[in-house]
Formats: sequence, C-alpha cells, structure tokens
Amino acid sequence: METLERILAEHPFFAGLDARHIQLIVGCAANVRFDAGQFIFREGEEANEFYVIRHGKVALEIFVPGRGPVTIQTLGEGEILGWSWLIPPYHWHFNARAVELTRAIALDGRCLRVKCEDDHDLGYELLKRFAHIVEQRLQATRLQLLDVYGVHS
Amino acid sequence: MIPRPYRISRVHRETADTFTLELTPVQEDGTFSFAPGQFNMLYVFGVGEIPISISGDPGNPGTLVHTTRVVGTVTRAMRKLKRGDVIGVRGPFGRHWPVTEAEGNDVVIVAGGIGLAPLRPALFHILSRREKYGKVVLLYGARTPEDILYRNQLSRWRAQFDLEVYVTVDRATGGWRGSVGVVTTLIPRAPFDPLNTVAMVCGPEVMMRFSALELQKRGVGPDNIFLSMERNMKCAVGFCGHCQFGPTFLCKDGPVFPYRRVKDLLTIWEL
Repeated sequence: METLERILAEHPFFAGLDARHIQLIVGCAANVRFDAGQFIFREGEEANEFYVIRHGKVALEIFVPGRGPVTIQTLGEGEILGWSWLIPPYHWHFNARAVELTRAIALDGRCLRVKCEDDHDLGYELLKRFAHIVEQRLQATRLQLLDVYGVHS
Repeated sequence: MIPRPYRISRVHRETADTFTLELTPVQEDGTFSFAPGQFNMLYVFGVGEIPISISGDPGNPGTLVHTTRVVGTVTRAMRKLKRGDVIGVRGPFGRHWPVTEAEGNDVVIVAGGIGLAPLRPALFHILSRREKYGKVVLLYGARTPEDILYRNQLSRWRAQFDLEVYVTVDRATGGWRGSVGVVTTLIPRAPFDPLNTVAMVCGPEVMMRFSALELQKRGVGPDNIFLSMERNMKCAVGFCGHCQFGPTFLCKDGPVFPYRRVKDLLTIWEL
C-alpha cells in the first residue's frame, strides 16, 4: 500500500534520512491536489509549506507590470516546490500556479520548523537538501540569464 | 575537392532566423550517403562557403537537407535563394555520432537551439532501427516557443510510444503551457538508466558543458557523453588550421568528440 511514509522514504529528496526523521516529517505531511489554473501560493504571502510534486506541472510566476504574469520556471513530477518556508521572513517570492491537474504532498513548514529546532540533526539534514535545491535553481537561473541561444556579436 | 552542384528543391522557413534547404544533385550521378553528425561545406556562388551540418535522414540519400541560422554574409545570401537555384556542395566531412556503438543502450539526446539540426539524423537513424536500442529520450531546449525547431516533427515524435520527448524554453511567451527552464533542468528527471546510456549533446558550448556535468551527476560516464563542437571551418580537411581546437582540428577530428577528450579544453578562454 502506498503510504505517505513509504512515498517520502523512497523519494530521492529524503533518501538517507533516518526512519525516525521520516516519521517526524510524515507527521507534518498531507496529500493535496490543485486544479489547472489554481494558485498554490502567491508572492508576499506567508510561506508555511513546501510540496513534493507527485503528478502534474506547476509554473513559478512573477507579475510584471504591463506584461502580466511571466513564468520563470516550471516544476514537474518528483520535484520540490518551495523553500521560502525555511528562510526568514518566510514569505513567498513568486506565485506558484498549477498548469494542469497537480497532485502533491504538502509539508507543513511551521510544524517542521518546530521539529528542526527541537532536533538539530533533522534541521541540518533538511538544510543540506534544500541548499542543494537552491543551488540547482541558482545555476539554472544563471544559465537562463546568459541567453545562450541568442545571437551575440 | 571541388564543389558539386546541387539544386534547391525546397526552402522551408523554420523560425524567424532559421531555414531548411532541401537539395538534389544536378548531375545524374546518384545519391549522397552520410553518417549522422557529419557536415557539408555549402558554397553560395560568388559569396562564399560555410560548414553546415546535415540535418536530413541518412536513410534517404536522394535528398540532402541542411538547416541553418542566419548569422553571417553567406547565410544571409543563402536565405534569399529560391527553389531551382543551384549551390555547391563539398562533403560529407567529419566524425559522426556513435549511433552504432550505442546499440543495446539507452540513448539520451540533449539539444539546445539550432543544435537539434545535427542531432536529427541520429534520431532518424535510431528510430529506423528502434529495436536495437533501449529507451530513447530527446531533451530539447529553445530560447522561446517561437524558436522551437522542427515543431511539427517534434509533435509527431512526441506522439510515438517508443520515444520520450521533453521540450523546454528559457523564456515563456504567448500562450506557452509547456516547460520553462534551461534544458539542463530536464536531465535529472529524464527516464533513462545512467549506467547504460549513451548521451549525444549539441548546442552552444556553455549549454553542452553544463549538460555534460548534469549527465555525469546522474551517473553517465564521460566516455559515454558525446558533444558536437563548432568552430570556424574553412577547408574542412585539416589543412588550413582555422578550426584548430587545442591539439585537434574540428573538421577532421570532430565535430563529434567524446566528452572526456575535450572537457579540459572547454574552459580555456583562448580556445
């Protein structure tokens, strides 16, 4: 049977975590679904969750006056959505909107922050994993900025 | 080597700055065989000669297909050519993609921008012998949705059950509902077995560099990653030295190289 505990334990993001840490994390987890077009979070709102996308596609958008919402990245199956829950002041920097029907596991960031303070081993493990995601997104953004496919004289 | 005359049988505008020429030989001396990844020197009479990868089907040697981008004097003149005009062709030149060596393995093709053109013959070759390969995955990155090459063909390939096609753009425009982000972001989640994979990568050098790193992070060995390098080629037979890349000449030692052979050269500024 597909339990949240098993799904999270087998997910690459959580690979190598102690069983007790997985159990702590599962205590903050819930299945969620978003219809196509539905906002998952909006820029400026409090960031109190992150999501393990199980199915579907999510667009990270930023609102540009005069141009409307501009998609800067999309995330899909298996990817982690949201790291602002971990870094003060815990506010979202972008909008996240489901491009299509999206199913995910939502992790309660407030719940996890308390557990990370109580158990620094868990906190350190999560920080390492999120640092990796932040690094990947930073590298990807830098490549995007290079505009490598443009004609450069 | 003297250019042979070829007549333009079709001109197809792919995007705002790329176009495809289909060529048939003027002389009745048969067909043109080539291996996927090789290139020809195309000569616009009175203007000049440039290297362009062959982007057609190696299984259809009766028609030569080249897709190119308007970037200089010759390509600007080339874009003005019409059906029935004649150009000169020398070739084919260079080393090809390891399509035979890849048999029995998964194949991942990572293309960026116009880099899809030199990889298309490899896809034609592989798909015509589909049973000889494991999973076949095409990861393609373009600048914007309007810059996507071979749009109709990608749609047809995407509909096939035996080929996984993932397309992403750096900048979403219009009503684009597909993926947004650089092509390297597709590599971590692409469905292939890294220990049993041959990767073929073509695009801007920086894109190839980061793609090779990402492929290695997934576990693909450096001897199983192949890149197609681009430099200013003039003679195409290793005499003039224009395309020297460290100890190699891209025209005759390349353009396709195993990553291990060029990885240390890719970050040398002077090259």
